[in-house]
Amino acid sequence: MTWYAFLGALEQGFVYGIMVLGVYLTFRVLDFPDLTVDGSLPLGASVSAVALTHGINPFVSLLFALGSGFLAGVVTALLNTKLKIIHLLASILTMIALYSINIRIMGGPNISLLGTENVLSPLQALGIPGYIASPFIFGILALFATALLIWFLHTELGQALMATGCNPQMITSLGVNTHHIIILGVGISNALVAFSGALIAQNQGASDVNMGVGTIIAGLASVIVGETVFGKSTIARACVAALIGSIIYRIAIALALGIHWGRISFTPSDLNLITALLVIAALVTPKVKERIRRK
Amino acid sequence: MITLKAITKYFNRGSINEVLSLDNINLDVEPGDFVAIIGSNGAGKSTLLNCVAGSHLLDSGKILLNHTEITVWPEHKRAKFMGRVFQDPLLGTCSTLSIEQNLALAKKRGQPRGLGIGVKNRDRDLFREKLKVLGLGLENRLQDKVGLLSGGQRQALTMIMATMIHPEVLLLDEHTAALDPKTAHQIIDLTNKIIHELKLTTLMVTHNMKQALEFGNRLIMLNMGRIIMDVRGQEKKNLTVQDLLAGFYKVQGEAFSSDKMLLVNP
Ligand SMILES: Nc1ncnc2c1ncn2[C@@H]1O[C@H](COP(=O)(O)OP(=O)(O)O)[C@@H](O)[C@H]1O
Ligand SMILES: [Mg+2]
Repeated sequence: MTWYAFLGALEQGFVYGIMVLGVYLTFRVLDFPDLTVDGSLPLGASVSAVALTHGINPFVSLLFALGSGFLAGVVTALLNTKLKIIHLLASILTMIALYSINIRIMGGPNISLLGTENVLSPLQALGIPGYIASPFIFGILALFATALLIWFLHTELGQALMATGCNPQMITSLGVNTHHIIILGVGISNALVAFSGALIAQNQGASDVNMGVGTIIAGLASVIVGETVFGKSTIARACVAALIGSIIYRIAIALALGIHWGRISFTPSDLNLITALLVIAALVTPKVKERIRRK
Repeated sequence: MITLKAITKYFNRGSINEVLSLDNINLDVEPGDFVAIIGSNGAGKSTLLNCVAGSHLLDSGKILLNHTEITVWPEHKRAKFMGRVFQDPLLGTCSTLSIEQNLALAKKRGQPRGLGIGVKNRDRDLFREKLKVLGLGLENRLQDKVGLLSGGQRQALTMIMATMIHPEVLLLDEHTAALDPKTAHQIIDLTNKIIHELKLTTLMVTHNMKQALEFGNRLIMLNMGRIIMDVRGQEKKNLTVQDLLAGFYKVQGEAFSSDKMLLVNP
C-alpha cells in the first residue's frame, strides 16, 4: 500500500468514522438496529450540498445536516415508540421515505459541488495539498465527535440512555421515560450519520441519492472490527474502538481493491457483498464458538 | 398510603386466552404497613404489584397514592414514589454498567436527568457507606461491572438502589426466590432491616409461608385474583403454617371439586 493510498484510507476512516459512532450508539448502546442511516447519510449530504450551492458557509451547512439527521432519527423513533412499529421496520420506512425526500431536496438525484467552497478550503488556501488537508480536518472532526459522545454517555442523560439499551424495565422503575430516551438516542445517532454524509459529499465533490446504500452494513462491520481489535471494556474504549474499526475497515477495503488474481480483481461494487459476508462471519462466530465449547 | 378500589385486570380480554388476573380487589395499605402477600402460582400476586407500579394498567377500578389518584399514571411517573425489587436478579440492575453507575442512576429516581456528570465524586462516599452495610465487600468494587456479581450480590445491590431515595412504597416480588437458601436468608434479613430502619410501607410477595409469617405486620392471601385472607397485628403474630395451609386448602379444595363437577356434567 502506498503512503498516498494509506492517507486516503485514513481520511475515509475518519469521515465514515463519525457515521460509525452513530451506528454504535443505536446498535450497541440502545440495542435498536436502525437502518435509517442508509437514508440519513445522503440526507446530510443533500442538505449540505444544497446549502453550499446557495453560498452558505461549509461549516454552517454541517449544522443543517446535523439537524436534518436528528429529525430523521426522531421520525424513526416516533414510529417505533408511539405507533408501536417494530424498530427494524420503522427504520426501513424512514429510509425509503428519505429516498424520495433526498431527491426533492436536491431537485434531482445528485448535485455536483465542483467549484464550491468546502470545509477543506481554508487549509487548501494556505497551500496545503488536499491529501494532507482532508485526513487532518476529518481527523479533528472525528476525534471531536468521539470525545463528545464519550462525554455525553457519562452524563446523567447518557447513563440513562445506556441503561435503556441494557435494561429498560430497570430504568423505567427509576423514573425514566424510555420513549424519550429512544427518541433522543436515535436522533443523535442519525445526526452523526448525516454529519458524516455532509462531509463525504464535500470531500468527493458531489451528493448522490444512492451514496447511502450499505451504510448500515459498513457501520456494523466497523463497529465489530473495532471491538475485536480494541475491546469495549469501558465507554471510552468502545467509542474509540468504533473510530479505529472504521479506519481498519477502510484500509482493509483499500487493500482488497488492490488484490489481483490474473485478470480477476474486486471492483468497488463488490464491497457490499464482501462487507455483508464479513458481518455474517462476525455475527456467527461467537455462536459457533459457543457450540463447539459446549460439545 | 396506597388504596386499591375494586381493581380488576384481565389479560387477553375477549380472546379464548382471556385470564381474569385480578378480580375486584379492595385494599387499604396504611403508612408503615409491611404486607406479606402469599398465594399459589398464578394467583395474581405479580399482577397486583405490576398494577400498583404501573407496569400494567387496570381494566377497571382506581388506585390512590396518599389520596392522589394515580390510576392512569405511566410507570415511569409512579416510579418517583416507588422502589422495586424483582424476582429476577438481572432485572433490577444494569449489567454493562458499574456498581457506582447503577447506584448513581438510582440516586436520580424520579428527578430530571440532565447533562451533569452521571457519577458524582461527592456521592461515592454515600455509595460506599450504603454498600458497607451489606458486608459483601462491594464498597471496594465501585468500578466493577454489575455483570460480574452473583445473583445474591445483585439482589442486595437492587435493595440499596430501590431504597436509595426514600420510596413511599416498596414493592418486592419474590425477590429471594431465585437465590440459594443461604443467600435468600441474607437478603430477607437485609430487607427486614432496611424496612424497619427507614419505616417503609412495603408490599412483599413471597413464595415462602415461613417468611410470610415471620416478617411484616400484615398478611394477605390471594387466590384466583381475589383476597381470601387479610390478617394483621396480634392476629397475624398468632398465625401458624397450619392456619395458612387450612386457608389454602379450603379454596383449592373448592376449585378442585368445581373442576370435578365440570368433568361429571359436560
Ligand atoms: N403478561 C401476561 N399476559 C398474559 N397473561 C398473564 C400475564 N401476566 C400474568 N398473566 C396471567 O395472570 C395470572 C396471574 O399471574 P401472576 O400475577 O403472574 O401470578 P403469581 O405472581 O401469583 O404467580 C396467571 O394466570 C397468568 O398466566
Ligand atoms: Mg409471580
